[in-house]
Parts: sequence; C-alpha cells; structure tokens
Amino acid sequence: MLEGLLTGLATAFTFTNIMMVVGGCLIGTFIGMLPGLGPMSIIAIMIPVAITIGDPSAALILLAGVYYGAVFGGSTSSILINAPGVASTVATSFDGYPLARKGQAGKALTVAAISSFAGGTIGAILLMVFAPALASVALLFHSSEYFALMVVGLSAIAAFAGTGQVGKALLMTFLGLMMATVGEGVLFNAPRFTMGIMDLQSGFGFITLAMAMFALPEAIFLVLDPNRSKTGDGSDSGKIKNLRITKEEARSITPVIGRQSLQGFFIGVLPGAGATIASFLGYAVERNIASKEEQDEFGKGSVKGIAAPESANNAACTGSFVPLLTLGIPGSGTTAILLGALIALNVSPGPRLMVDEPQIFWAVIISMYLGNLVLLVLNLPLIPYIAKVLAVPRNYLIPFILFFTLMGAYIGQNNATELLLLVGFGVCATLFRFADYPLAPLLIGFILGPLLENNFSRAMQLYDGVGFVWERPMTLGLLILAVVLVVLPGYRARRARLRAEGVADGD
Amino acid sequence: MALDRWLALVILLICLAYGYAAYFTMDALLPPIMKRSPIWPSSFPKVLVIGSILLSLSIVLGLEKSPEKKDAADINLSRLREYKVGQAILLLGLMVAYALLLRPLGFLASTFLFLTVGSYILGERRYGIMIIVAAIAAGTVWYLVDVVLGIFLSPFPLFLTGG
Repeated sequence: MLEGLLTGLATAFTFTNIMMVVGGCLIGTFIGMLPGLGPMSIIAIMIPVAITIGDPSAALILLAGVYYGAVFGGSTSSILINAPGVASTVATSFDGYPLARKGQAGKALTVAAISSFAGGTIGAILLMVFAPALASVALLFHSSEYFALMVVGLSAIAAFAGTGQVGKALLMTFLGLMMATVGEGVLFNAPRFTMGIMDLQSGFGFITLAMAMFALPEAIFLVLDPNRSKTGDGSDSGKIKNLRITKEEARSITPVIGRQSLQGFFIGVLPGAGATIASFLGYAVERNIASKEEQDEFGKGSVKGIAAPESANNAACTGSFVPLLTLGIPGSGTTAILLGALIALNVSPGPRLMVDEPQIFWAVIISMYLGNLVLLVLNLPLIPYIAKVLAVPRNYLIPFILFFTLMGAYIGQNNATELLLLVGFGVCATLFRFADYPLAPLLIGFILGPLLENNFSRAMQLYDGVGFVWERPMTLGLLILAVVLVVLPGYRARRARLRAEGVADGD
Repeated sequence: MALDRWLALVILLICLAYGYAAYFTMDALLPPIMKRSPIWPSSFPKVLVIGSILLSLSIVLGLEKSPEKKDAADINLSRLREYKVGQAILLLGLMVAYALLLRPLGFLASTFLFLTVGSYILGERRYGIMIIVAAIAAGTVWYLVDVVLGIFLSPFPLFLTGG
C-alpha cells in the first residue's frame, strides 16, 4: 500500500494535476451553487473538457474536483436560498436555511464547510484503508438485499420527514415512486403511463422535479410574503460576516461529524444508496439520538442538523468511488457518468485497475484529500462574498431565482415542455406545502424508484416470485427494520400521548 | 374539510386512474412470451398503487391526527389575504410565457424580457438599473452556457436565424 501511496503522491503533486484539483473545485463550487445544476450535469458538461486533456489521471482528478466542488456549492445554495440543486444537500437545507433566516448564514456555511472537509477527509482515509476489503462486502449484497436496503432508506426518510405525520410522508414517497414509473423503464422497453404524450417517453426529469419541489415553492413564498426575505434587504449583512462558531458548538458537532463520516462512507460504498440516502439517514440518526432539547432545535437551525448531512454526504461521495474503482460498478448516478468518462479515456475500472494502473487509482485517492483541503482553504475565505447573494434586493433576487430554476430544467433536457412541467409541478408543490405535506420523500422516492424496481424485478426473476423475502435472511432482516422504522414514531407518539393524558387525569 | 384532505382526495383519484391503467389496460399490450416471466411491467405499479390508495384514503378519512402546532413565521393558509397572491400568479404566468417564447424569440430577448418584466411585477421602477442588470445577466449567462460550457442555446429570434 505504501508503494502505491507514493506513486499516487508523485502523480498527484505535479503542477498540472494540482491545477486540475483547484480548477475543478472552483468550477464545481460556482456552478453547483446555481440551483438546478447538480454534480451530475456539471460532470456531464465537463466530460468533453476532460477527454481533451487526454491523460486519464489528470482527467479523473479534474472530474473528482468538480464533483466535490459541486456538492459543496449545492450546500451553499441550500443554506442561502433554500434551493438545493442536488438531492444530497436537501437535508442540509432543513437546518441550514432556518439558520440563515435567523441572520446566521455565515455560521451555517462555516459548519457546512468544516463538516464537508472532515467528512471528505475521513472518507478518503477510509477509502485508502478499506477499498479492497469493502469491495468484497459489497459483493455479498444481491439484488434482493439492495431492494430491501432501499426500502429501509425510504421508510427512514418517511419516518423522519413527517414529524407526527408518517402517513402523509409515506403517501408522498409512494407518489414519487409512482411518478418514477412514468416513461420507458430500464428493464422493459415499453413506455408506461405516458398517455401517448411523446415528451413523457423518457419520464419526468429529475432536475425539473427537484426545482419544482424546492426552489419554486420557496420563490413563490418569497413573493407571497415579503417579510420572509428580510435578510434579503442586506440589513443583516453584518451578521453574515461572522463566520465564527462557538466552542460549545464545535464540541457538539465533533462527535456528529465523526459518526456521520463513518456511517456516510459505508452507505456510500453500497451501490444505489449514495450521498442522498447517507445525508437523510445521517440527519435522521442524529435527530433521534439527540437529547430532547436538541431534538426540538432540529429543523429550526440546529448546527448538528447541518453537520450531520454535510459530513455524511461528503463521506458518501468518497465511499461511492469504492465500487467504481474496485468493481467497475457505479454506486450512484454521478459515478455512473464518471464510469462513462473512464471508458472514453480507455481505462477499464475494476479489480484489475489497482494492479495494472496503480498510478490512476492512487492519484485519485490523493487528489480527493487535496480536493477537500482546497475546498476548505478556498471556500471558507470566500464565504462572506458568497453570502453577498443574500444582500441582493428582493425585486432582483426573485426574478433571478425563477430564471435559474427555469434554466436548470431547460439545460438538462433542452426542451421547452420541461419548463411547463416545472411550473405545473411547482404550483402543486406550493399547495402541498400549504397543506403540510413533506416534499423531500416524494423526490427521494422518485430518484430511487427505478433502482428499487430494477432490483425488485431482478430478485423476482432470480427466485421466480417473492420467495427471496424469506429465503434470504439478510433481506428479511432489512425489511423488518423498514417496518419498525415506520411504526416506531407512531407508537412512541401514541405512548407519549397516553402518558400525558394519564398525567392530566391525575393517574 | 381541510386543504390536506382535499389534496389527498385528488391524489386518491389520480391513484385510481393509475391503478385502472396498471390492472386493466397495460397487460393487454404484453407479448405472450413476456407473460411467462414472474415480473411484468405492471407488477411494480400494481404494488405501489395499493399502498398509495390505502394511504390517501387514511388521510381523506382523517385517520391520522395531524399535530395542531403552527410555526407563526412559516407560511400559513389562514393568512392568505395578507399575501401578495396577484404578484405570484403574474410571475407564474410570466414563467409560462418564457417557456412558450424561448424558442421563437431566442434566449437573449426572452431572458431580457423575463428579468425586466419580473422586476417590474415585483414593484421595481428604476428602469435604467433594471434594463442594465437584465441585459448584462442575459448576455453573461448565454456566454457561459453556450460558449464556455458548449451547450447550445439559440441566442436570436427564429426569424433572424431562418428557422
């Protein structure tokens, strides 16, 4: 390993490759900040650039830098304008945006930057140590376990997203899963539920839906209630400069970062789970194990609520490179695009990569560490400037948010119908928000829908029916866990209510 | 009946239509050889729709007690009269107009119009700044997306480019 590490160091620490990391992180952060341009689209855009570079190590280093930058940029826009361009930073907006609205955007961004750095760094170290061993663990999972794992992820999301309203959250999850079945599936070549409309042939666009669920309702609320954008007047810009976090806050987030970096990394390794699940699960876990007072803070601007998803999603990003580099299996949409880029560069990722081209494998790992350092050094000083977005007057900010929402949906698909879908879904999403329906479960259901169905179908084909549920103990165990996750909050709330009634009766 | 139950009712109706398609019309098109497979294109939707119908019914019937507490700072339907609903509807209309005009007018003109009219709707009356900001933004975004990133965005109206 030491020999490989030295090869990697020698490759990564050339002038060109350091420039690649710095450039990639910068481009990623700035584009990732624009709502609607997530890492997937940015990497897709950068692939032609990477291919022109020619050197596989340099190209992969550039793309990895862009990936990290985009994830960080996504968190920035989640915190500042509640417009997560990336699914994996949706959880960051739960506490990041409320904290920014309290005038502490600077603090929220600092916590996000530190957590991302720590998560990514711990992830990179773990990747270095565990890559070969972890690949064999991931190999043990069959499609039935992947299916069950995704069910666990979805139930966990539903269980925490609807506080006291698990039914609504579950309904949203199902709605998202149903929306994912529209269009041509991967396993079946026949279009489903398109009602004969050609534009629905390829299904709904993920970015369109993400914009419609989060950015658009938020923009509409800014229009409806001018008081909502109070920070937008620039009156609180003095507080934004205050990037400091107190000693107590640092102490409280340290264990969160440690736990979530580990958990996020291992979730990221499992194909299909990825940064999104890691961030939501990280948020849910930290919320559940926090003390009662801290639990009430979640959703209102808790620093722990920012640290958990941020460290988890960065560690998971790193983790998702494990199956890509060691097995040649992409763990997420983003790594799938990276896989395409690698093949275009004549590199075949897989178990042989470490043996045949160790310099590529190790250079990527070293550059990940370097990338995280660049993000911290580059982004922390830039935070006050980034936060200036909040000082833009409302009359200009809102048309621009709406415009970027439209652009996000348009660039991905180059189809004006997508814009009409965006407005339609946006109006629906606004109504849902008025009625207290959580929207994150819908989007996650939509993203995981195709993966869930593919693994479900594969398991069904393998076992010629639903026999896989009881024939594979690991699947059964995971599915039971999913049921417990859904039932437990309701049971706990009921018990608490009964106890409260008992007290009132003088029992 | 509260808004959330009305919405659940609408979802229920959508689910019924979806379920009808999944259970009664989809399989008719399936080739006979596919019918031997344990999984059909309609299998997963069939499972999903049962879950959604049960869940939406439980909300329509009010089986789940929703917590009463309301955050005063958050959006609230009871304050709808204080909200600027007109502005919001006009801006949504503007977005639809942008979607319809993007191709015929070209990116530069439609974006410029969108940004200026958007600010105007929100009450901005400093026309000079409005026009400068919109023009610079439209030009910069077009340059970044089309020239730097290489994603084609037709900049000029159709009648200038000849279709």
